[in-house]
Amino acid sequence: MDNKTMTMAASQRLLKKSNKSALQKEKRGKYLVLASALLIISATIAITIFLGSKGLQAFISNGVSIYEFLTSTKWNPTAENPLYGAVPFILGSFAVTILSALIAAPLGIGGAIFMTEIAPSWGKKILQPVIELLVGIPSVVYGFIGLSVLVPFLRDTVGGQGFSLLAGMIVLSIMILPTVTSIATDAMSSLPKGLRESSYAIGATRWQTIWRVLIPAAMPTLLTAIVLGMARAFGEALAVQMVIGNVRSLPSAITDPSATLTTIITLNMGHTTFGSVENNVLWSLALILLVMSFIFILLIRYLSSRRQF
Amino acid sequence: MNSKVADRIATTIFYLIAATIVTVLVGLLGYIIFHGFSKLNLDFLTSPSSSFRAGGGIGNQLFNSFYILFLTMVFTVPLGLGGGIYMAEYARPGRLTNAIRTCIEVLASLPSIVIGMFGLLMFVNLTGWGYSILGGALALTVFNLPVMVRVCEDALRTVARDQKEASLALGITHWHTIKTVLLPAAFPSILTGAILASGRVFGEAAALLFTAGLTTPTLDFYNWNPFDSTSPLNIFRPAETLAVHIWAVNTQGLIPDVREVADGSSAVLIISVLIFNLLARWIGSVVHKKITASK
Repeated sequence: MDNKTMTMAASQRLLKKSNKSALQKEKRGKYLVLASALLIISATIAITIFLGSKGLQAFISNGVSIYEFLTSTKWNPTAENPLYGAVPFILGSFAVTILSALIAAPLGIGGAIFMTEIAPSWGKKILQPVIELLVGIPSVVYGFIGLSVLVPFLRDTVGGQGFSLLAGMIVLSIMILPTVTSIATDAMSSLPKGLRESSYAIGATRWQTIWRVLIPAAMPTLLTAIVLGMARAFGEALAVQMVIGNVRSLPSAITDPSATLTTIITLNMGHTTFGSVENNVLWSLALILLVMSFIFILLIRYLSSRRQF
Repeated sequence: MNSKVADRIATTIFYLIAATIVTVLVGLLGYIIFHGFSKLNLDFLTSPSSSFRAGGGIGNQLFNSFYILFLTMVFTVPLGLGGGIYMAEYARPGRLTNAIRTCIEVLASLPSIVIGMFGLLMFVNLTGWGYSILGGALALTVFNLPVMVRVCEDALRTVARDQKEASLALGITHWHTIKTVLLPAAFPSILTGAILASGRVFGEAAALLFTAGLTTPTLDFYNWNPFDSTSPLNIFRPAETLAVHIWAVNTQGLIPDVREVADGSSAVLIISVLIFNLLARWIGSVVHKKITASK
């Protein structure tokens, strides 16, 4: 094509109104990329519609009561009088999510402050790659280490079986730590320099500056970091499933085995018949996961609208 | 309490936090590599796995992982590039753009098990393929697409404005400018992002459980006819990947040497992800040096 262009006369090379092929290509290109962008919308809509209709099937065509599903703590879909109370899994999911956020939030934000305020020169050089590598570790590997190191350790020190809410919480908190840290680091480093300098200028110590000035200023984004971490914890399946013990009852202590929405789906999806009531209620659990991830997004949107810096 | 004392205590705590994070990573990597490295030998890496007896390898799983990764990237890269170009170059502020952005955000934050279940509905049951490599790759495409769109969009946006404007000022059409000016300039960062995304896809398991399945048929590695059921290249056969294998041997496995197999597989998985990470940085900087004048 280059050769052809060169051999053409100058008048032909100039872009004129009649340069149809270039304009056609322009249009074709535009529609091509628009099509891929629209594919993203259609995938999202397809996921919502498919999972939505499949998730409601248990209530609409199988006559499972929504009220029982959301309030009963008894789950036994294979019994003679099947029971479909999803409360143990819903509570289990919320429990591991909130507990893991309680560990990951101070560690992650602390790490971010270490990188931006305490040791900005060398701290970032060490912690940044560490965080990136932690993100890269696949979730099954976290689960496997949890299963082979953490569970026996908890069994020996805390007692019980070792498979517990506690084990799930520790594994998840390490998994969401990089998410929290990297967003918190962005939040801290995007604060205007004037904030720090004016605080130091009136004689505040570094800790006073961090605690009274920087953290409040970055609060909305720090909360976004925590919510994103929680969203990841809520949806994590395999790592939690390997360490949490997978029982159908409510845990009474943090050292008791438990189950979450994702773990019950992971365990039972494979060996229930597609289209059976047992199987359909699992899709209803998945619908809760979907709705929760929409709620997390709304929360993040709300928080980012309150960003000041 | 004296404010200076408080400051010193706080500083110590921050150091402790940083040390904890580093210790966690070093502990995790050290544990996996220390335990797994001794199990790694050519036989383990190439022989097929066994369902009951000890001494099985991970040959098929390793092949499946790379094959699914390859197919996923074949689907994701063009789509992600298209979406990224649209968002960076053509999208005007308005409802459509907002809708696309929201959808990218939604897709990116969906739990991978939900994507796996969508895959089960769409690519396993609706299409009638059953558990298949193609279904797994398509589910992973949904999983990976938002990441790829963001990578491409960011890469295109960081290209210097002058370059684009100079090209447009010469009377070159927008599309031609994108093809010949913007994409080459953005290529190093797109490549880096794609390799990093590959690492994520390589380690993903939850989205594959119900799409590519937990089994692998007996494969004949001398049969390269992609339509034959024993051929490794057949895209309609079920395929257990390495990450899924680690989960499966630990939770449903019957083999007596679960620990050995899981140790070895985890080491392979971690080392692969580390290689993807290093490769991304290295290739990114090499390509950047090659195609730009910067040193």
